[in-house]
Amino acid sequence: MADKITVGHVHMSGCTGCLVSFADTYEGLLTILDKYADLVYCLTLADVRHIPEMDVALVEGSVCINDHLSVEEIIETRKNAKIVVALGGCACYGNITRFCRGGQMNQPQHEGFLPIGDLIDVDVYIPGCAPTPQQIRNVCVMAYLLLKGNDEQKALAGAYLTPFMNLAKAGTEACGCDIMTQVINQGLCMGCGSCAAACPVRAISMEYGKPQIERDLCIKCGACYAQCPRSFFSFDVVNQYEGIMDAIDAAMQP
Amino acid sequence: MVLGNYKQVIAARSTDPEILRKAQDGGIVTQLFAYALDEGIIDGAIVAGPSDEPFKPEPMVATTREELLASRGTRYSISPNMALIKEVTRSYGLDKVGLVGTPCQMQALRKGQLYPVGLRDVADKIALAVGIFCMENFPYQGIIQLVEDHGATKLDNVSKLDIGKGKFWIYTERGATVDLPLKVTHKYEQPGCHVCLDYVANLADISTGSVGTPDGWSSVFVRSAKGDDIWAKAIAAGAFETKPMDSVKPGIDLVTKLATDKITKNQKYLESRATEYGVGKALRNPYI
Repeated sequence: MADKITVGHVHMSGCTGCLVSFADTYEGLLTILDKYADLVYCLTLADVRHIPEMDVALVEGSVCINDHLSVEEIIETRKNAKIVVALGGCACYGNITRFCRGGQMNQPQHEGFLPIGDLIDVDVYIPGCAPTPQQIRNVCVMAYLLLKGNDEQKALAGAYLTPFMNLAKAGTEACGCDIMTQVINQGLCMGCGSCAAACPVRAISMEYGKPQIERDLCIKCGACYAQCPRSFFSFDVVNQYEGIMDAIDAAMQP
Repeated sequence: MVLGNYKQVIAARSTDPEILRKAQDGGIVTQLFAYALDEGIIDGAIVAGPSDEPFKPEPMVATTREELLASRGTRYSISPNMALIKEVTRSYGLDKVGLVGTPCQMQALRKGQLYPVGLRDVADKIALAVGIFCMENFPYQGIIQLVEDHGATKLDNVSKLDIGKGKFWIYTERGATVDLPLKVTHKYEQPGCHVCLDYVANLADISTGSVGTPDGWSSVFVRSAKGDDIWAKAIAAGAFETKPMDSVKPGIDLVTKLATDKITKNQKYLESRATEYGVGKALRNPYI
């Protein structure tokens, strides 16, 4: 496959869970690397020391602003990548790193962590903690089609990725409260329970058909709001669910 | 497109008298899941089961015929079935999941399959999604007020609730019938229903509802390849009695009319959200 795209995994302040998720597509990862993407940078999996030029940078983790190397690397990532994807809650929204107050081993002075969007422009968000293997796979396939597909495929991939591009424009803060402020307060909740299912820490239960959010448990990953069918919903995309799922399955055949 | 894509539409009812005895209409959902469970097409199904309060639905995972029978009939209140969509593949360990839901829950399901932001390893485990026609839904307190205040009937004594022929019907255990004009029910609808642009669960594998067919029957839309396959097998197995849709009254035209009415009304409201209060600020539009 001469026509692969180049992808890098940039590791900021994250726990490697996002990378594990990326690798958790099992043989799917091999298919992606065989057919669609060359992994040109990945601290964990590839012996490359400096951030090279690439089509897509998957950035895991938030940026520690008390560490000049981290700040330099995120700036370099933006410079060298055509598309920057914030992979997972920390890169998108700060997630659990929002709760850091410093004082830990072995860099007690590291206490300020920012979502990458507070320092650079980000093209695509993949929220969640961890983002699911299937969600990462779908974005990978769609990013490939956007860059290398025919006109029809480009249009579909653009439509599929638009909500994640919009999330990237919308801001760098997420919380279970979004379900209250952006959905219930707006008169849009119909009590389907998607948010409760999506929450990785079981902070959401359904009481009398509506979400009850335990804010002390919330880690601010953004999964609940992104999963909510009333946060974004494109009929153009979702009405084609059968065809899209078949196409992704076909694309993932070795 | 008010009826969505479908391969066929047909009038049907279950051939199982035990299912029909307490079914809302033609027993389609219960029969489909009972058949699919028997055949190993599903390991279980997320359904709106009973709870400790009368007519308050509680999402439950039914893995036996008995559990399916216990959840027969419609409870006109919110049952967040999607809340169990991940759990059903975890602590219940299901690989082939059935799910019944309203049109918005079918939308949530398909979005969840295409955008599984927080639904790891769920998308490929959906074996059968059955959608039900839905005009609107009520918070449980709304049902209490409709039945007890407007209907002057103890909810404990109610055997069946129904919406049809332009009325809200309350049937009691002792054989009394109370009907309310739909006009009094409108104020109790949950607000989230008013932006919904789907009446007949366009995104389900198979969708069903009472509208369009005589009492005791249901209209059935067979939509996806998966739904087509399962429906054909269920028919071949004798699970359903069917009639052509154009041979029954009131027929498909009423389904089209109600779907058009709902979508037109809600589309108008959706557009009005941009300028609703004349304050130069818009309410959020969920459809992008």
